[in-house]
Amino acid sequence: MNFPKDLLYTKTHEFIKVEGDTCVIGITDFAQHQLGDIVFVELPEVGKKFTQGEKFAVVESVKAVEDILMPISGEVVEINTELEASPQLVNEDPYSKGWFVKITIDNKHELDKLLKIDAYLKIAK
Amino acid sequence: MATANIPLKRTFLYEEHKKLNGKIVPFAGWEMPVQFAGVLEEHNCVREKVGIFDVSHMGEVTVKGKDALAFVNYLVTNDVSVLSAGQVLYTPMLYDNGGIVDDLLVYRKSPEDFLLVINAGNIPKDFEWMCGILTRGKYDIELKNNSDLISEVAVQGPFAEKTLQKLFPIDLSGIGFFYFTESELSGKPVLISRTGYTGEDGFEIYFNNEYAAEIWNLILSAGSEFGIQPIGLGARDTLRFEARLMLYGNDITQDTNPLEAGLKWTVKFDKGDFCGKDSLLKIQESGLIRRLIGFEMIERGIPRHEYKIFKGDAEIGIVTSGTFAPYLKKNLGLGYVKSEFKDKGTEIFIEIRDKQVKAVVVPTPFYKRKK
Repeated sequence: MNFPKDLLYTKTHEFIKVEGDTCVIGITDFAQHQLGDIVFVELPEVGKKFTQGEKFAVVESVKAVEDILMPISGEVVEINTELEASPQLVNEDPYSKGWFVKITIDNKHELDKLLKIDAYLKIAK
Repeated sequence: MATANIPLKRTFLYEEHKKLNGKIVPFAGWEMPVQFAGVLEEHNCVREKVGIFDVSHMGEVTVKGKDALAFVNYLVTNDVSVLSAGQVLYTPMLYDNGGIVDDLLVYRKSPEDFLLVINAGNIPKDFEWMCGILTRGKYDIELKNNSDLISEVAVQGPFAEKTLQKLFPIDLSGIGFFYFTESELSGKPVLISRTGYTGEDGFEIYFNNEYAAEIWNLILSAGSEFGIQPIGLGARDTLRFEARLMLYGNDITQDTNPLEAGLKWTVKFDKGDFCGKDSLLKIQESGLIRRLIGFEMIERGIPRHEYKIFKGDAEIGIVTSGTFAPYLKKNLGLGYVKSEFKDKGTEIFIEIRDKQVKAVVVPTPFYKRKK
């Protein structure tokens, strides 16, 4: 499994990639592997605001329905509309083509609560 | 289910599943592989090539003796008396109130010798029920639960016969749909039937536990030239679902009856008395209040077990099974609705995460193989 060093992670297996004031959010390689074949992704509307830890998306594999939690508080500025027709992108390329949403960050201090690669590797097994 | 504190059982193929990287999960009291390569790939492997399933968790009960035919024919709704030796029958088994105890396969070896194949999660309940029926009449029979002695594999898909023919001394093309024979697989005594739970052509093979690993591996080798793969419970469920084969506990339960489930073809009112007959006749006379229907999602969403079905503000039913259908590539469901909404083309709404998502009633089975 692949876990890029430049990302931050959550205990619930979301990743966040910070790019200035915005960031990209999705689920980790471990999460997609655990879920198996992903056949449905439900994303929020652009403009919606979420707080850290709040449910913002739903992923369904053939057998499972999982809530996806927001790693950090912010406003959705873009969603990956490709996932509607091609949910398997989350399995194939979770960090790049399989991203979920981009958000603007409310409070950068919340980043301190997230896991760096070493800490995440301890729980992703 | 109340199985949390009971240790899980393993089939005699557990180690083989581990070797093949099967993902093991608890199911009906057993540790079973839910998937190997992935549900979608495994599903389509069975539709297009051939797959092998460990179904050793299924239960086997033998009924032997002078009154075996009379006993079995009272126990189930379908008519066992019309079977010839070597024939198999699908049938529900009912409580006195018409609710379903289980659905099973009846193998008729002779009028004095039957094999009943029952669902894994129902083995103790079913056997207890059968023993209770035994005390109602003066049946001269011996009832035996052999579930812990017998292993079973299913080999399903368009290349199932070609795969197995390499291992059998008899001509398998001579076994018709829902017929069986006793033969040998590589010298091991087995019972083989042309039956299955996938909507494809295929066979189910029963044998003593001690042969399980050897037979499993022989079939995997024989099928390799046809692209055989091991198939987990995940794809077993999606395959049976596309073919509208009932899942006990979901589509049929003790609170449903075979008439509303669309299983009227398995109920033979004219065969004489059977358990649940009087109740079922009353249910039929008073009119069915609900029906099990198939539906296809029009708007985005996957229906799931126990989601509610609406028409306008009125709750009209409940989803019993639903999934993304891997071969048909549609989001489909089965569910009970009030009878007035059963006709194809009826627009209904499935409540998914507090939203009403549009669907339409469609004919079933969703998938029917080309003969």
